[in-house]
Amino acid sequence: MADAERTPGFNTLAVHAGAKPDPTTGARATPIYQTTSFVFDDVEHAASLFGLQAFGNIYTRIGNPTCAVLEERVAALEGGTAGLAVASGHAAQLIVMQTLLMPGDEFIASKKLYGGSINQFNNAFKSFGWNVVWADPDDIGSFERAVSPKTKAVFIESIANPGGVITDIEAVATIARKAGVPLIVDNTLATPYLCKPIDFGADIVVHSLTKFLGGHGNSIGGMIVDAGTFNWSRDKKYPMLCEPRAEYSGIVLHETFGNFSFAIACRVLGLRDLGPALSPFNAFLIATGIETLPLRMQRHSDNALAVAQWLSTHPRVAWVSYPGLPGDKYHALAQKYVPKGCGAVMTVGLKGGYDAGVKLVSNVKLFSHLANIGDTKSLIIHPASTTHKQLTDAQKTQAGAGPDVVRLSIGIEDKDDIIADLELGLK
Amino acid sequence: MNHDAYPDSYIRGILNTVKTIAMVGFSPNTSRPSYFVFKYFLERGTRVIPVNPGHAGKEILGERIYGKLADIPEPVDMVDIFRASEFVPGVVQEALALKPLPQVIWMQLEIRNDAAAAMAEAAGIKVVMNRCPKIEYGRLSSEISWMGINSRTLSSKRGQILPGGVQRMGLGNAGDKKND
Repeated sequence: MADAERTPGFNTLAVHAGAKPDPTTGARATPIYQTTSFVFDDVEHAASLFGLQAFGNIYTRIGNPTCAVLEERVAALEGGTAGLAVASGHAAQLIVMQTLLMPGDEFIASKKLYGGSINQFNNAFKSFGWNVVWADPDDIGSFERAVSPKTKAVFIESIANPGGVITDIEAVATIARKAGVPLIVDNTLATPYLCKPIDFGADIVVHSLTKFLGGHGNSIGGMIVDAGTFNWSRDKKYPMLCEPRAEYSGIVLHETFGNFSFAIACRVLGLRDLGPALSPFNAFLIATGIETLPLRMQRHSDNALAVAQWLSTHPRVAWVSYPGLPGDKYHALAQKYVPKGCGAVMTVGLKGGYDAGVKLVSNVKLFSHLANIGDTKSLIIHPASTTHKQLTDAQKTQAGAGPDVVRLSIGIEDKDDIIADLELGLK
Repeated sequence: MNHDAYPDSYIRGILNTVKTIAMVGFSPNTSRPSYFVFKYFLERGTRVIPVNPGHAGKEILGERIYGKLADIPEPVDMVDIFRASEFVPGVVQEALALKPLPQVIWMQLEIRNDAAAAMAEAAGIKVVMNRCPKIEYGRLSSEISWMGINSRTLSSKRGQILPGGVQRMGLGNAGDKKND
């Protein structure tokens, strides 16, 4: 394939990238290397591995051949130079920020993000001295106004959960470039099948693999993808990458590893020291899931659009927030960034308010009532009575989790069965 | 040759045939990239001859360091350049004076000089610029995939494990006739 000099298509990469037959056994499926450690060939080989002078495996906290298949696969699908698999999407964000920021530094983040990210940035990250400055994706100028000499990164989501907020990635990338800092894009909801943020100027892509990439609701995981686009040495702002590392006998990671040095820094400094490694078994399940990503994402998106259209005409529904609908606020951006479809997730406002939301989640028989998205199965949650129950009504509304709001993650079942289930629930 | 995008077959062909590399601008500092590349190819059984006038006559990992290309008393297949782009024409001129001529002139990451490349190509020498042979070897052997790097290669064939350990891969497939 390599010698044919063809550029493989997305479907081919989803099945093959990273997964050649096992060199020792010939196993065609990716083996699960369920081992903590790897024997060295000899003392000199061990020294070369520890000194980063040779490619190879040492210890599963730093790297594992099953996890490596997943890393290369996601890197290939995103069009990046390298990937690093970690224990969760939150772990991916932790390692990215720890590699970029020192205590007292700032990063700019869209204020319309997955709620878990908002919590992580407002609480844990602030306790480390990494200070988030919020900007509004509906007012791109707010990103530019938030730039200060302490800014080290900009963070957005391609499609933000749950409201289907689509951010103008290219416009934010221009601001990040001007500020001399990398743009990080969380591409969890879109996946590279619907949107490739690197094509629009992202320097780093992060994922919760737990959602659509794994796709089957069976494994928690996270991924960091290095686009290979950022010059870490230019302004000497990123000491982890541009200064000699004493623990690796003084090597400079950017000088030594070039356009995949960010992924290497996240692995040999961040993952090594912080420790949230992915289990090889989870990596196997997620990598297997990705083989069908293009098929699943198209079905998720097609089903979701059909459901959104049906709901938007239902007499008990006040509104539907889904960027695939022509009247939606983000419809124009959706046509640019996610032309194949807008993914599975939408929010719905019920005319009957809180009680109608409780009734809907109680009455459905196909939808599962749980706090996740991105399963093959259709999922539903009523935030006001679950995840956001402790908030006041005003706080709930501000968080996009008002008493009338129900979030749906549309699965890949038959769309008529999904609609019939919602019809039953809304009766 | 399009120096913006080399076909994998071009790079693979070079790395498969080169047996002796002269490394110009070699640093004996073990934290520098040239030392990494030097050690990596030595471990693969490639003959690597370091060149640096500041360290001429010294030995490193059993290999003698020479002051300039002309001092090397044996033919070299490839000249690997670890000098800034503006110094490349001088190195290429020295390489063109070697008898026999080297088959390949390779410039490391961030090093590119199109005029010097054209001069070498006019003499029938293959040129690679702005690449690292260690990274390319790791990429095409799939060793680099262990680090989560996108090798940009797909294959349904089993890779080749080199003698001397399980964590060293070759450029061919299992079952290929071994290179002599």
